[in-house]
Amino acid sequence: MNYLIGAFKQPCNISIKFSDGRTRKQVPLKRENGQTTMVPLFQNKENIVGEVSIEPTQGKKVEHNGVKIELLGQIELYFDRGNFYDFTSLVRELEVPGEIYERKTYPFEFSSVEMPYETYNGVNVRLRYILKVTISRNYVSNIVEYQDFVVYNYTPLPSINNSIKMEVGIEDCLHIEFEYNKSKYHLKDVIIGKIYFLLVRIKIKNMELEIRRRESTGSGPNTYVETETLAKFELMDGAPVRGESIPIRLFLSPYELTPTYRNINNKFSVKYYLNLVLVDEEDRRYFKQQEITVYRLQETS
Amino acid sequence: MISDGIEDEEKWLAEGIAGLQHNAFYMHRALDSNNHRDSLKYSAQMLSELRTSRLSPHKYYELYMRAFDELRKLEMFFNEETKRGCSIIDLYELVQHAGNILPRLYLLCTVGSVYIKSKEAPAKDILKDLVEMCKGIQHPVRGLFLRSYLSQVSRDKLPDIGSEYEGDADTVMDAVEFVLQNFTEMNKLWVRMQHQGPVREKEKREKERSELRDLVGKNLHVLSQIEGVDLDMYKDTVLPRVLEQVVNCKDELAQYYLMDCIIQVFPDEYHLQTLETLLGACPQLQSTVDIKTVLSQLMDRLSNYAASSAEVLPEFLQVEAFTKLSNAIGKVIEAQVDMPAVGAITLYVSLLTFTLRVHPDRLDYVDQVLGACVKKLSGKARLEDGKATKQIVALLSAPLEKYNDIVTALELSNYPRVMDYLDNATNKVMAVVIIQSIMKNNTYISTSDKVEALFELIKGLIKDLDGSPVDELDEEDFKEEQNSVARLIHMLYNDDPEEMLKIICTVRKHILTGGPKRLPFTVPPLIFSALKLVRQLQGQDGDVVGEDVPATPKKIFQLLHQTIEALSSVPAPELALRLYLQCAEAANDCDLEPVAYEFFTQAFILYEEEIADSKAQVTAIHLIIGTLQRMNIFGVENRDTLTHKATGYSAKLLKKPDQCRAVYACSHLFWVDDQDGMKDGERVILCLKRALRIANAAQQMANVTRGSNGPVTLFVEILNKYLYFFEKGNPQIYSAAIQDLVELIKTEMQGDMATPDPSANAFFASSLRYIQFQKQKGGIMGEKYESIKV
Repeated sequence: MNYLIGAFKQPCNISIKFSDGRTRKQVPLKRENGQTTMVPLFQNKENIVGEVSIEPTQGKKVEHNGVKIELLGQIELYFDRGNFYDFTSLVRELEVPGEIYERKTYPFEFSSVEMPYETYNGVNVRLRYILKVTISRNYVSNIVEYQDFVVYNYTPLPSINNSIKMEVGIEDCLHIEFEYNKSKYHLKDVIIGKIYFLLVRIKIKNMELEIRRRESTGSGPNTYVETETLAKFELMDGAPVRGESIPIRLFLSPYELTPTYRNINNKFSVKYYLNLVLVDEEDRRYFKQQEITVYRLQETS
Repeated sequence: MISDGIEDEEKWLAEGIAGLQHNAFYMHRALDSNNHRDSLKYSAQMLSELRTSRLSPHKYYELYMRAFDELRKLEMFFNEETKRGCSIIDLYELVQHAGNILPRLYLLCTVGSVYIKSKEAPAKDILKDLVEMCKGIQHPVRGLFLRSYLSQVSRDKLPDIGSEYEGDADTVMDAVEFVLQNFTEMNKLWVRMQHQGPVREKEKREKERSELRDLVGKNLHVLSQIEGVDLDMYKDTVLPRVLEQVVNCKDELAQYYLMDCIIQVFPDEYHLQTLETLLGACPQLQSTVDIKTVLSQLMDRLSNYAASSAEVLPEFLQVEAFTKLSNAIGKVIEAQVDMPAVGAITLYVSLLTFTLRVHPDRLDYVDQVLGACVKKLSGKARLEDGKATKQIVALLSAPLEKYNDIVTALELSNYPRVMDYLDNATNKVMAVVIIQSIMKNNTYISTSDKVEALFELIKGLIKDLDGSPVDELDEEDFKEEQNSVARLIHMLYNDDPEEMLKIICTVRKHILTGGPKRLPFTVPPLIFSALKLVRQLQGQDGDVVGEDVPATPKKIFQLLHQTIEALSSVPAPELALRLYLQCAEAANDCDLEPVAYEFFTQAFILYEEEIADSKAQVTAIHLIIGTLQRMNIFGVENRDTLTHKATGYSAKLLKKPDQCRAVYACSHLFWVDDQDGMKDGERVILCLKRALRIANAAQQMANVTRGSNGPVTLFVEILNKYLYFFEKGNPQIYSAAIQDLVELIKTEMQGDMATPDPSANAFFASSLRYIQFQKQKGGIMGEKYESIKV
């Protein structure tokens, strides 16, 4: 029995540590099992430096055909399960083939790593970055250890950020003019705006602003589009009359937004829309959708 | 159905309260454990109960009050938290994450209040933000309550002068701006309420609306409490803005209520200084708005203000309050074509009250008001509306009460013109009021012009007005009225005879139009009033000689003559006769023999031609005799004629006892007991003897017809006459005659046929006692009586 247990047990413990692990910012990452763990955060062109330590289980030795560490950027499409597209793959050999008898530590360094895309967990697609340590062995399966990390990429304040202003309506029924102060919002931004009622002939019950995320994956005929409503924010209660102007102030921080992703590695896109919805007393919905760009602003603090 | 509705509502309310309490419980627990996130979550859920549309405002209020109490606790908690260093700015953002707008805004207001208290941002900015964000609630009831909540929590935090939240510069303006904006929005919501829901429930909605009006009005109250709102700011900002909203909302209910509110909450002084603006708004209101009440309130307030202190009066003058009010009323009436007459008149009553209080010295104002009223009423028929009539009476009574003096009112040229619009009955009532006022204050009306005016006023009493139904009169009321007119005539008096004559002429002119029913009441006082003048003239005899003096007794007598003649149309011969006799007597005193003679002639003619009733004849003849007896100006011939006539008529009376009494009364005509009076003993005794004969005849007649003798009263009476003349020294009366008479009476009394009559007996007994007494007294009289035995 002992043998059997021993056979399934990892013959060694592998741990991956970042050299600046103590100081580096950690962010939550949702795992497949639904749990959230804190993982270190990087951004494009950063050096990823650390060490891997391998400690064989008590009284064992590990024979191997070499030890390597890989930095992988993967896009996983769920409808195409099992296929990972590595858009980034870097390898560092840590050890030539041989045997490990006792705890051994290998420093590694990937410098100025190209990580153009952000970590993303969507409905149909996942983009993730991992460090993968592999101890290759003959006859038996390789010993593998993963370390996730997250990449966020920051965008400077856009130099041009026009407001969104539009007049819409149904002839002789409803005419409104709305304005959102910007077309590009960062993740902690506030949407300020107003809705101006030019003509109201329907009995409006309420009005809300929705934030919708449109995730499209694949391409061509195999395009999958998934739309989620992330926020429903009531703007108005009751029926306004002509000339009324209703303020909008929507804080984005409570919602789990990501920046807008456009055509990531030709695999997927994530876009955001503001959807202004008016509901009348018969529960008919009148809406107008506008795309906004969401970006990640470097937090100064 | 309806009861179901109410039950449903109760149920919904109960559900709402239950939900609210449930979430409040968790909120408290979160507060106790200092859990911000949960406390916000549960408070938002709690407030979600307020999102209901199913409750009437009344029930909604109940729910709101419960939520309000809970929010106070939340506010206190946040307050404590910020003191402990929790970032209020973060909190202010955090509450805005709530997805539903109504809970979000309630929380925002609550936290906003804490924010202001923390002074981490200027109060004005936060207030501005709050009031702006509240626009998201466009549902009238929910919006009104939310804004009312905002107003409530912000009340003590306005950046007013002297407030701890006062900022650097001009922040009062911000406070005012905030309240004004909240007010405007609330009013809009309130007005809009009526358009929501089915048409058939309009009435119910109006009722609900009026239940909510105080929520709106509260803002004005808050405005009035802001220290920094001084007159200038009120004038330049507050009032114009409020009025703009009031006018523009074009809603009857709101306009009425808000105008009333403005008038009630702001100080009188402000009103006075902004009259023009305030009044300027009135004609712009909807035509159905009850402006009269509004304006009346305003004027009442201003009048009270004026009455409060004399120091403020110059202000009224300075701003020309009267002119402005007057103009405004004119405009309002013009603008509101449909306003019933009663409305307009009520306005004028208020204006009049105002004028009387503020400008008691400006009669022209009063007249102006009345004139305007006349103008408004002109072109319309008499008022049928009872309320309007009442208001006119009020309008007309006001100056009387104020001045306590009808003379003042008489100077008001429009006064009678207003009265013209009253129906006849009311007109009379008003006239009586006027007369009573005169009586009460003992006012003498002393010029003929005023008399003229006065009679113009009370013409309802003086003559039959056009179209008045004839038989509607209540006899007693009529008498009462005419008696008061009669009393009034005595109040028309001037010491100057000339003026007095004019007055009399005026009165005469008017009362002669009165018709047969009135003349008997009105002529006598006029006659006596004139006679009084005659006496007065007679008193100052020396002064009034010469032809050019118009007020001579002669003239007056002519006038009187004509006046009394008018009574013939009534006809009231007895009254006329008395008056002729009165005049005759007065003429006597004035030494105007022909005049007196003429009056007597008239009296006799009346007696002959008009007085047919035997009783009336008796009275008349005695009057004639009595008066004639006192006349001393007649020459022998005239006197003879008259006395002859009188004696003749006396003997021709129908009943014997009457004849007898008249005849012995005539005896006095020949014996006037003064120095140079006539003393014709012969004719006296003739009269008495004739009386005796008649008495005898009467006795016999009684005997024949009834089988018993009549009472001896007549004899006793004649005996007394005998005694009188005996004592006065009539040489034709002898003691023997008296003796005979006494015996005769005794016989009569003891006769078989005598009818016992205690009063006659007593009369005789006391006559005998008198003789006895005189005998015993001795002296000359005693001697005279010596020979009479009793």
